[in-house]
Amino acid sequence: MSGPVTNILIVGVGGQGTLLASRVLARAVISTGADVKVSEVHGMSQRGGSVVTQVRFGKEVFSPLIETGAADAILAFEKLEALRWLPYLKEGGRLIINDLAIDPLPVLVGTAKYPEDCIDQARAATSKVDVLNATDLAGAIGEQRAANMVLLGALSCYLDIADQHWIAAITETVPAKAREMNIKAFEAGRAASKK
Amino acid sequence: MKKLMLGNEAIALGAYEAGVRVGSAYPGTPSTEIIENLSIFDEVYTEWAPNEKVALEVGIGAAIAGARALVAMKHVGVNVAADPLFTVSYTGVNAGLVIITADDPAMHSSQNEQDNRGYARMAKVPMLEPSDSQEAKDLIKQAFDISEEFDTPVFIRITTRLAHSQSLVSSGTVQRLELKPYVKNPSKYVMLPANARARHLQVDARGKKLETYSENFPFNQVIDGDPSFGIITSGVVYQYAREAFPQASFLKLGMTHPLPRKMIEDFVKTRQRVYVIEELEPIIEQEIKSWGLNVVGKDIFPRTGEFSSELIRSVISGQPIVSRQPISGLPGRPPVMCAGCPHRGVFFELSRIKATVSGDIGCYTLGALPPLSSMDACVCMGASIGMALGMEKARGREFARRLVAVIGDSTFIHSGITPLIDMVYNGGTSTIIILDNSTTAMTGHQHHPGTGQRVSGEPAPRLDLEKLLRAIGIEDLHIIDPLDSKQTRKVLKEAMASDKLSVIISRRPCVLLTPAEEGYYEIDEQICTNCKVCVRLGCPAIQSTDEKVMINAPLCMTCDFCAQICPIDAIQKRGS
Repeated sequence: MSGPVTNILIVGVGGQGTLLASRVLARAVISTGADVKVSEVHGMSQRGGSVVTQVRFGKEVFSPLIETGAADAILAFEKLEALRWLPYLKEGGRLIINDLAIDPLPVLVGTAKYPEDCIDQARAATSKVDVLNATDLAGAIGEQRAANMVLLGALSCYLDIADQHWIAAITETVPAKAREMNIKAFEAGRAASKK
Repeated sequence: MKKLMLGNEAIALGAYEAGVRVGSAYPGTPSTEIIENLSIFDEVYTEWAPNEKVALEVGIGAAIAGARALVAMKHVGVNVAADPLFTVSYTGVNAGLVIITADDPAMHSSQNEQDNRGYARMAKVPMLEPSDSQEAKDLIKQAFDISEEFDTPVFIRITTRLAHSQSLVSSGTVQRLELKPYVKNPSKYVMLPANARARHLQVDARGKKLETYSENFPFNQVIDGDPSFGIITSGVVYQYAREAFPQASFLKLGMTHPLPRKMIEDFVKTRQRVYVIEELEPIIEQEIKSWGLNVVGKDIFPRTGEFSSELIRSVISGQPIVSRQPISGLPGRPPVMCAGCPHRGVFFELSRIKATVSGDIGCYTLGALPPLSSMDACVCMGASIGMALGMEKARGREFARRLVAVIGDSTFIHSGITPLIDMVYNGGTSTIIILDNSTTAMTGHQHHPGTGQRVSGEPAPRLDLEKLLRAIGIEDLHIIDPLDSKQTRKVLKEAMASDKLSVIISRRPCVLLTPAEEGYYEIDEQICTNCKVCVRLGCPAIQSTDEKVMINAPLCMTCDFCAQICPIDAIQKRGS
């Protein structure tokens, strides 16, 4: 990923831990000496709505918002949200998808259909698509809720940030008792993505 | 070492470093984290006030008594606090008083997108606007100094994107300030007409001095660039504009009231073409145009919503925004009441009986969305009860039998008590439901006078709603567990049938503050007839397909409500 400013969009469903993932990413970036801005969503959308966090870093960052067609990578915590935010991905950008479907309310109550072929649609729209089951990978190390760190681990393979910065950022951001679990989850995501 | 901080965190740190001693607020997105972050400093007294008017009055008292004070609120909170605001502008302060207004262009979490720069002009109070977290921290120190130097409250206006964006901030030194002497001065602080007339003259003289000050204010700055292309802007919009047109010349305004007129005149006259770029209302633009200067603004820029670098580039260049085609036909994902939310029990019943519902502001406003679809109107904090009375007086008592006002516990304390007194006093007969989940949930679970704890977590006297309601004159008072379906149905039916004004306290703590029980609920496919009654709950754990309905076990909070309303007992608890 090159260019004067790197743009990472983290999308998902309110309550999935996108905010924490973006904060870890931003802290890892600071260790490299870059300028960074993070735009978060608080308030009503956090109640199960579609949420997006935007992380921008480089020599000097002005706007905290990523333009459409400008994201170097989109980290999608949920499949439908990957499709929803796809217009933000730049040509040749990387789309990392958690193979997880969370039905939104219109689907739950039967007034809309959840797209059956999210991954195929994503692959048809763009070439660089990684799919992993972060929830299962996190479950395998004993904590499904650490799926956010698994996904961050997968993203880390595409960013020029040294391992120790990631570990330091996780240590700094998550509560002490969850540290070891979160680092394990991060490493599991990194390993899965490198395969 | 620089630290990454939200705009709201930086404001709290800036206030602390500026020697603030008192901070007060009512929670409201996007302002809530300011007091939360200020409350970590032991030297500062911080509190959740019952509403923004009280918060500002606490701030005014502290400032007059000689302590620097910070008051924070969302944009619509300033409407609540407007009464003391307009007059503290006359009295002035003793120690510094800074008011944060957190505006919400695009209404990410609000009912309107009013532009509170209008308040600065109307109340004759200076206003500063930071463009990132570092500036937010720096400007709050400036604001306290201006407040004391010019004897005025000072506004800092932020927007959601500033409040909830993180950028790098360096910490500074903490000022240790003594309290300013407290001197009785009734001609300054007692706003009897004769005193107020004299003070108003001083306010206008102060305004003139501030105009001069603004000309030399270091945060009003010119950034040189292409002399044929000038941009005047402020706040986070500066960041969008700079991103879109890095080559342009900028006049970046850190003080947007009063404006630095001479500085602006010089800038406009030495550039061929000047754009004024501001979200929402053309406030800077109109003032500049009133001086006879030629600038371009709202004739090309939208007057609603939030801006971005691409919107600014597209509007000025006249080229549409080009991006990948959005994938069409995707289902939307609106926010939803949580699985296990106690409000669901009340709204399911209101939906079933098709009541007319006067609504209020909080998580339960989501009861307006399908499938519960049980809210007829919702205007502002505390409005549900007064509006219900108005509906009854317009359409009569028969209409009032089907009429229910719903209001949360925090919202009731904020501004629901006086309208209920009105209802008792003027003979309203409808039903009021206080949705008491023992917290201020939507903004992230802040304490209030009914929770028995303060912002610091220390214990406080707990406001007793029952005693309060009795004292107001409520005779027909009920308390229910909203997730007890039979009780909720029975009590609501009786209360609505009654000729008296009835109040129901629907009491159960927010599910997010309640540890989940072991196990989950399951629909027995052998028994289920796919009648879909449970689907009408709009519970995120209940999934419906054409063939069947199932419960997503990891999401189930074991509230049992779906099992209670299933007409053929097909839902049972498992795994405990």
